[in-house]
Amino acid sequence: MIYLDYAATTPLDPRVRDAMLPWLDAETHFGNPASDHAMGRSARAAVEQARTEVAALLGCGPDEIVWTSGATESNNLAIKGALEFRGLQGAHLVTSRIEHKAVLDTCRYLETQGLRVTYLTPQADGLIAAEQVLAALRPETAMVSLMWVNNETGAINPVAALASQLRERGVLFHVDAVQAAGKLAIDLAQTPIDLLSVSGHKLYGPKGIGALFVRKRPRARLAPQIHGGGHEQGMRSGTLATQQIVGCGMAFRLAGEAMADEAHRLLALRERLWTALQVLPRIYRNSPAEAGVPGILNVSFDGAEGESLRAMLPALMVSSGSACSSATREPSYVLRALGRDDELAGSSLRLSMGRFTTSAQVDAAAAQVVEAVTRLRAWSPLWDAAA
Amino acid sequence: MPVYFDNNATTRLDPRVLEAMLPYLSGPYGNASSLHRFGRAARDAVERAREQLAMLAGCQSREIIWTSGGTESDNLALKGVTEGALPTRVLYGATEHPAVLETAEALRARGWGVETVAIGRDGLIDGPRFERQLAAGPVRLVSLMRVNNETGVIQDVARAVDPVHAAGGWLHVDAVQALGKIPLDFTALRADLMSVSSHKIYGPKGIGALIVRADVELAPLHHGGVQERGLRGGTENVASIVGFGAAAELALQELDARAAHTQSLREQLESGLRSLPGVQIFADGAPKAPNTVQFAVAGYHGEALLMQLDRKGFAVSSGSACSSGKGEPSHVLLGMGIAYEVADGAVRVSFGKDNSAAEVEQFLAALAAITQAAMPAMQP
Repeated sequence: MIYLDYAATTPLDPRVRDAMLPWLDAETHFGNPASDHAMGRSARAAVEQARTEVAALLGCGPDEIVWTSGATESNNLAIKGALEFRGLQGAHLVTSRIEHKAVLDTCRYLETQGLRVTYLTPQADGLIAAEQVLAALRPETAMVSLMWVNNETGAINPVAALASQLRERGVLFHVDAVQAAGKLAIDLAQTPIDLLSVSGHKLYGPKGIGALFVRKRPRARLAPQIHGGGHEQGMRSGTLATQQIVGCGMAFRLAGEAMADEAHRLLALRERLWTALQVLPRIYRNSPAEAGVPGILNVSFDGAEGESLRAMLPALMVSSGSACSSATREPSYVLRALGRDDELAGSSLRLSMGRFTTSAQVDAAAAQVVEAVTRLRAWSPLWDAAA
Repeated sequence: MPVYFDNNATTRLDPRVLEAMLPYLSGPYGNASSLHRFGRAARDAVERAREQLAMLAGCQSREIIWTSGGTESDNLALKGVTEGALPTRVLYGATEHPAVLETAEALRARGWGVETVAIGRDGLIDGPRFERQLAAGPVRLVSLMRVNNETGVIQDVARAVDPVHAAGGWLHVDAVQALGKIPLDFTALRADLMSVSSHKIYGPKGIGALIVRADVELAPLHHGGVQERGLRGGTENVASIVGFGAAAELALQELDARAAHTQSLREQLESGLRSLPGVQIFADGAPKAPNTVQFAVAGYHGEALLMQLDRKGFAVSSGSACSSGKGEPSHVLLGMGIAYEVADGAVRVSFGKDNSAAEVEQFLAALAAITQAAMPAMQP
């Protein structure tokens, strides 16, 4: 089996697992981090150490990190929390059609509560331009929520440039950075984003843990979405899962240490894959060569329907590149924006590479894809090789 | 090695649970994305854990929604049942956990009438008074805990089912402290929603469940994704779910043995405490979970006693870990009508399956030493 679905989830790094294990099996490491005794304090110290590690990768203060159960909760807390605090009635939010379903479904829900939402459609390059966002602002716009890196193509939205423009206009800016953290440099000290969501399991950390950056100065105010004992400065109650948090901290630390080398290596692997696939005629690259994260290559294969193609690749774990937005059930806006028709958008694969991907795996995967596409085309009565 | 008497705050992961989790923390198995081969293996493991928990909780596996823990379960229950409904009343017991209390109070801002159900000095609901309260007007939801986290008092929630249903309300039972300590049967109880948590039964932290009958109208707390029948979005935390399932299976097998063991420790401790001067045991004589004793020593501040015990290597608590460090006496004891000065002295001992009679002896000796050593200073 070759795993090329790192954008969906990543294997736990063995070093992360080793960091977690003492908090799962040692006799003295199981205290509740909220407890006022020695075992509680040692668990609390581990939680705070992990907080500094996440903060370091993002360039923010540790007291600006709120632990959550994952990016879905982070996105919910950011958008619902900020708008509920401010008051939903008459408020307006700008987001895009290419957001993760956690953002889109939250926006759809808030529309039933009185929020007005503008859903931007990507430009011809598959991206949301800063000018589009600025043009959509209204006097009553309370928030912009935009993903930093698109999960389908790896394309990078101009988030950093947009941040200062939104700050000048007094509009709260939430960024879903799930696909960006650890892949490109994020410096929240220099980038005036107010709220930023990250996840552990996209970065070789455990599932079921994430974080929300909540800016202190100027302070982003949130209404809590999970009430209770007042953990996490009152923004998110619930017993902290020490082992999960320690794993997340280690994952972010390793990502920071490896980022430059990994980016270089994955870029080379991505281009190696693209080169190998190009023996096939009429294939189309959906991932940008420049403004894209290194690990993701999305390709459309004319005459090879996506689901059939995946069925012919049983030893290859990849995603179909035509991911629908669950909120709309429409074909990918990203691929359509790139000029792919519905059929071509449905004939694509997202190959995403990561820390444990080797060049031998890339070569083998390319050979399997080339063979499968060639066979599908040979069987298809519609495929005209001469066209 | 410290003596750990704070098992109502959290428990040590059972090594057998860790064994069950390890395959999902290494190799390719953790990938939950449902379409590939390993995704299907993860899916099967999640469904097996659901069956394991269903056996312990006495519910159908399809009634289980995984959450990040007891607090989220309580929030999902209270907010999920009130969301979109015409605001009427929500009632909760005066001694509920902050996860229920704070959530219920937050519903006021959404137009709900929020009332507490009075609790007596024995920690129990005054039945006739409760029924009069129910009859006073329409009710959407009543939330009552099965076992109190501080006093250990077992509430006879079964008696509340018919009156609550007759008033047109749903009954939510916070069973976080009951699971694994006393037998639970969600189906026979006929409650509508029930919260449980893994880390109180020697499972991992960060995973819990809300058990919901199929006919309950529930709105999600987190939007996004189709996981858990659309009621709880987010990538499944496979390793922790597997751990919760394994912990549930062990808790069911060992329920009687654990109850008998902790009950004998509790009796040993209570008998020792009664021989010390000035000790008051809270909710003494009420039906209680086998493992929990909450008491106060006259003239002692609970937090101060806790710190001295901590220095001697004993981990106990003054109340809920969730309200630690706030310097306020327990709302549970105040809710039972205990005087402020007395409640301020509360110390909670909660035993677990790994505690021993020798540890109880050490604890009683340490407590006697602390209180006797301090005597002269208090009597100049």
